[in-house]
Formats: sequence, structure tokens, C-alpha cells
Amino acid sequence: MSYFVNEKGYYGDFGGAYIPEMLYPNVEELRQNYLKIIDDADFQKEFHQLLKDYVGRPSPLYLAKRLSKKYNANIFLKREDLNHTGAHKINNTIGQILLAERLGKKRIIAETGAGQHGVATATVCALRGLECVVYMGEIDIERQAPNVARMKMLGAKVVPATSGSKTLKDATNEAMRDWINNPVDTHYIIGSVVGPHPYPDMVAIFQSIISEETKKQLIEQTGNDQPDYVLACVGGGSNAMGMFYHFIDDENVKLIAVEAAGKGVDSGFSAATTTLGKEGVLHGSRSILMQTHDGQVVEPHSVSAGLDYPGIGPQHAHLFKTGRGKYVSITDDESLQAGLLLTQMEGIIPAIESAHALAYLEKMTFTGAENVVICLSGRGDKDMDTYMKYFGL
Amino acid sequence: MNRIKTLFKEKKDILSIYYTAGYPNLGDTVAIAEELERCGADLLEIGFPYSDPVADGPVIQASSKQALDNGMDLKLLFEQLKDLRKTVSIPVLLMGYVNPMLQFGVENFCKACAEVGVDGCIVPDLPMVEYEDLYAPIFEANGISNIFLVTPQTSPDRIRKIDGLSNGFIYLLSSSATTGQHLNVSEDTEAYFSRIEALKLNNPTIIGFGISSRETFDKACKYAKGAIVGSAFVKSLKADDLQLSIQSFMKTFRP
Ligand SMILES: Cc1ncc(COP(=O)(O)O)c(C=O)c1O
Repeated sequence: MSYFVNEKGYYGDFGGAYIPEMLYPNVEELRQNYLKIIDDADFQKEFHQLLKDYVGRPSPLYLAKRLSKKYNANIFLKREDLNHTGAHKINNTIGQILLAERLGKKRIIAETGAGQHGVATATVCALRGLECVVYMGEIDIERQAPNVARMKMLGAKVVPATSGSKTLKDATNEAMRDWINNPVDTHYIIGSVVGPHPYPDMVAIFQSIISEETKKQLIEQTGNDQPDYVLACVGGGSNAMGMFYHFIDDENVKLIAVEAAGKGVDSGFSAATTTLGKEGVLHGSRSILMQTHDGQVVEPHSVSAGLDYPGIGPQHAHLFKTGRGKYVSITDDESLQAGLLLTQMEGIIPAIESAHALAYLEKMTFTGAENVVICLSGRGDKDMDTYMKYFGL
Repeated sequence: MNRIKTLFKEKKDILSIYYTAGYPNLGDTVAIAEELERCGADLLEIGFPYSDPVADGPVIQASSKQALDNGMDLKLLFEQLKDLRKTVSIPVLLMGYVNPMLQFGVENFCKACAEVGVDGCIVPDLPMVEYEDLYAPIFEANGISNIFLVTPQTSPDRIRKIDGLSNGFIYLLSSSATTGQHLNVSEDTEAYFSRIEALKLNNPTIIGFGISSRETFDKACKYAKGAIVGSAFVKSLKADDLQLSIQSFMKTFRP
């Protein structure tokens, strides 16, 4: 079975490009060119040079000794939090800005939830001197204030999305509307493995550097490039897809994707898409999404803005449906506790998104021999307000 | 011959009006259709609301949200339209996004349309390939026309393909835009409309998005068989005086 995209833009039953005609020329231009551009030697050289000298890659694979002892397994953290701008998001924005330049685009738009993708986009726009507009839900603007300030300082215009739940889904709607109204000179840098084909594949390719490096690092550190488990949190699913990518065809490596249960999957305040969702179309692709009987998108909830999204990327839907990946969920409380635990045991303050993946360790049992890799997708600086309020610090 | 074909054969300067089902009040759907026909509308596009209408501007976003809050869904809409053809004779299209239609079931949707006398639908985010591969036979079996959009950026090859799959008319967007912008006929737009005319398509065209006044309507009718008014009409609807608000809006178009 193939877990990757086919020539029609589908992963099994999922994917495709469900977009209005207004977006067709842009998306088609991308579809026809993305692989050609990415495979070009010049592009590869520039991409990898920037990842090394500007982002600071390779990111370390760190054996967390005290955590390992506590859980009775070898716990490795893939340190995407150490990237420039503080999360995995920049791997994708570097790739897409180079691609946008090669397509002759002059203006960049993006959506953002936690603000990490917005910051990563504003950063590469500053780096290359391109105009940047970031759409962000009004609620997220409040809970991620430091990132809003960073984007502004980087020269981006931050536009509040005031419709619907005023979070990531609505920011995505606004970005798509912007693209419809600016069909010629604008490139939309989507921040996750969602959206119409070829976005899920393109973003996965740019993020796949995470598992590419991890394999090499595992060989160096353990002599075996196949861990027993790979874990990552899933909002739209880009850090998870990057972490899974080169392990997907290694069927003995167990892939665990951690969604946000919010206040609990049955509480009505959750973002546990695979548990609560059904098949349907959101933001241009057929996938699994949280919706009513009538196909209206349900407003999600998570303490972490980056996971507060009612869908998942189509490749995740495929991994879920085929059983190749195990999809689980972690509550707000569990994730915050896991964030505090990592901070106090390893001296690393994780993003609350990443803390969801860490929290799942509590639910696993080990014999002491297993190698476990967790994608530490981002750092917790942006979440200090939430942590401080929750723990009364 | 079906209602859409007859209309395009017999009339020019066709005035099509879009409004959202279940807005301003849940039960207004059919009353608005009746009043619009009385006031001289030639074609109706009834929107079935969706929570995430990416092709729409603020006015239709707001009417969709209100309609959903009022309790509108496809099941109720088809119930409301049960006796449509007792009082409304002009062609009626349903317009909305693909996800509610998929959840209802495409076959159920087309059957329900045929049963109540809906003539066709416009689903902007239903891709042409999926329509062609999966759904066209279902639409055709039920006699439902699928209306496609074309923008100034749509290539001539693709327009021809769309023409081949269309059975009714083609919806020309004056520019690539979300709904509710203002039509601005520049030299580029004129060149685009002329380009379309020169293609000598099998299906007639009407122009939509940005038609808000008599003036823009007349302009659009120079280049196509008619035009569609959406946001401007929705904005003018008054919940407490529906009939009067429709009459006064329609007066400028059909004095
Ligand atoms: C640190 C971090 N991790 C994870 C995510 C979730 O996104 P994705 O599922 O695409 O990796 C975000 C999104 O903002 C993030 O900032």
C-alpha cells in the first residue's frame, strides 16, 4: 500500500483540490511546478544552505536521560524548538519562500494559530524582502501576544480574523479569501499539511528534513535507524508528517499522532479530530473533520492555539484509516502537566502543542529497551502567559 | 425543454437574484422567492448556508451565519421547498459549498432537487474532475444542471472543457473576487468579456459577483445574457418588513 500522494492528488480516499474556480489557476500553477522546482539542484542547494546557516539545522536529537529513567525507555527529543524562530514551522516557510520567488510572486500571505507559522513566514519575508500579510484569529491574537509583536516588528501586517470561532480555521478562511482577491502576484504559504493538493505533499516534503536527520542521528547514537516509536502532536499535522515521513514505509516503527482533547473528548470543548470527526471537505481537501450532521464545521477547543483546528491533513486521515498510524488525544490539563514536567526534569520549556506529545508517555508502558523519538515541535516562550496562569507562577 | 433553457431562449437582460435560505428569518425562504418573481426576477439562486464560506465576502458570510443560527439545514430547506412549484414558476438554483452536499449525499441531494422542482445548482468548491468522474451521471439522471464559474484567469482550454460539461449556462465572474465587491469594468474586463464572446460557447453566460446597482447590471448585460445580484440584495432585506424591502430593492431593476 502507498501512504504517499498519487498522481491525482489523493492519499487513498483523501486529498484532492476542492477549491473554487478563482483559486484554480494559482493551485494548478503550483501543482505543475512544485516538484520540478524542489528537485532542481539550485533550489536544493539554497534550501539546505539556509536550513544550515540560518535555521541552525540539523536540530539535535537529544537523549533525555532523566525522562528516560522515569518512563523506563530511551526517550529521544528531536529539538525543533531550537530552530530559529522557535519551532518546526520555519522548515516549511524557507522552502515555500524560495518556491514563491521562483514563481515570480511578490506578495506573501499566511494564516496562523499559535503565531509560530506567522512568525516563521514574517521572518522569511523579511529575509527576502517580500511583502507579508498574516491572518490570525482574534482570540489567538489575545492569547499569543508575544508572537503578534514579533510579526509586527518583522514588518508583517497582522489582520485579525473576526468570523466564526476567531481561531485558526477562520484565519485560514480569510487567507483563502485574500488569495481569491489577489490571484496574480500573491503566494499563500499554508502552514501545515492541509489545503488543496499539492499543499499537503509540498509541506510534508519540506518538513521531512525532521525524519531525514533523525534517522542519521539514530544510527550515530544507537546504531539502528529504526526506533520502536515515533510520537508527534497533530494540529493540521505538519510536524508529525515531517517526523513520520521517512519512517512511514518502515512498518515496524510505530507512529503515534497526538491530538488535542481540550477539556475532554466528550466535553464539547475538544479538537480530537479523529475521535470526533467524520469524512468531509475542509479548506480544499477531503479529509476527516469535526462537523455537524449537516456538514457544518464544528468549532474546536484546545488550550494550545496551534492544535485548535477542526481537521487534519489528508495524509493523516489516510494513515489513520489504514491503521498505519495510531491517533490518540491528550487533554489541556495533561499537556500542561507534561510541559511542567519536562521543564523541571530536563530544563526545557516546551510549546504546549509539543507538550501534548510528551504527555502521551504517561499512557505507554515500556520494558526499558525501547527507543522512542518525540518531536519537540516548538519552545514554550510564546506560552509563558498560559503556563503562569495555570500554575499560578 | 427545461426551465433554464427556456428562459435563456426567450429572454435577454436576465435578472438573477441570490439570497440565503433561512435568512433573515428561518421561514422566509419561499416567501422571498414568491415576492421576487412578482417583482420581475427571472432566475433565483437560493444559497444553502455553510459555516466556512471561503468564496464569500462579509454580507453573505453574515447571512449564512444568521441562517445557521436560525436552524437552517438541507433537510429543512427541501421541506420548505416542497410546494415551491405551486407558487413559483421561474427557474431556481441552489448554491452552496460541497461539504453540506456530501454529508446529505450527492444522490439524495439531486433527487431532492428534482422532487421539489429545483433546476440546478452551483457548488463553487466542487472540482471539475470530481464532478466529471463521480457525480455528472447522478446530476444528469435527475435532470439537474451543474453551473460552473469562469474567471478572467481561466484558460481558454479550460473554458471549453467547462462549456462541454455545462448544461444551462456559465457563470462569468467579472474578476477573481469574493462576493460583494464592486464591478469595475476596466479595459481588461472588457477584453476578457470579448474573449469569452469570441469563443462562441454552446452555453450562454451571465455575469456575477459585484453587480450591486442598475448601472452595473446594465453594463454587465452588454456583455452577457444577464447578471446576478447577490450581496446588494441580501443587504437590503429587512426582517420586519420583508415584502416592502424586496419591492423597493427590485424597483430600481424592474421599474
Ligand atoms: C510548536 C508547534 N507545534 C505544533 C503545531 C501544530 O501544527 P502542525 O500540526 O502542523 O505541526 C504548531 C502550530 O502552530 C506549533 O506552533
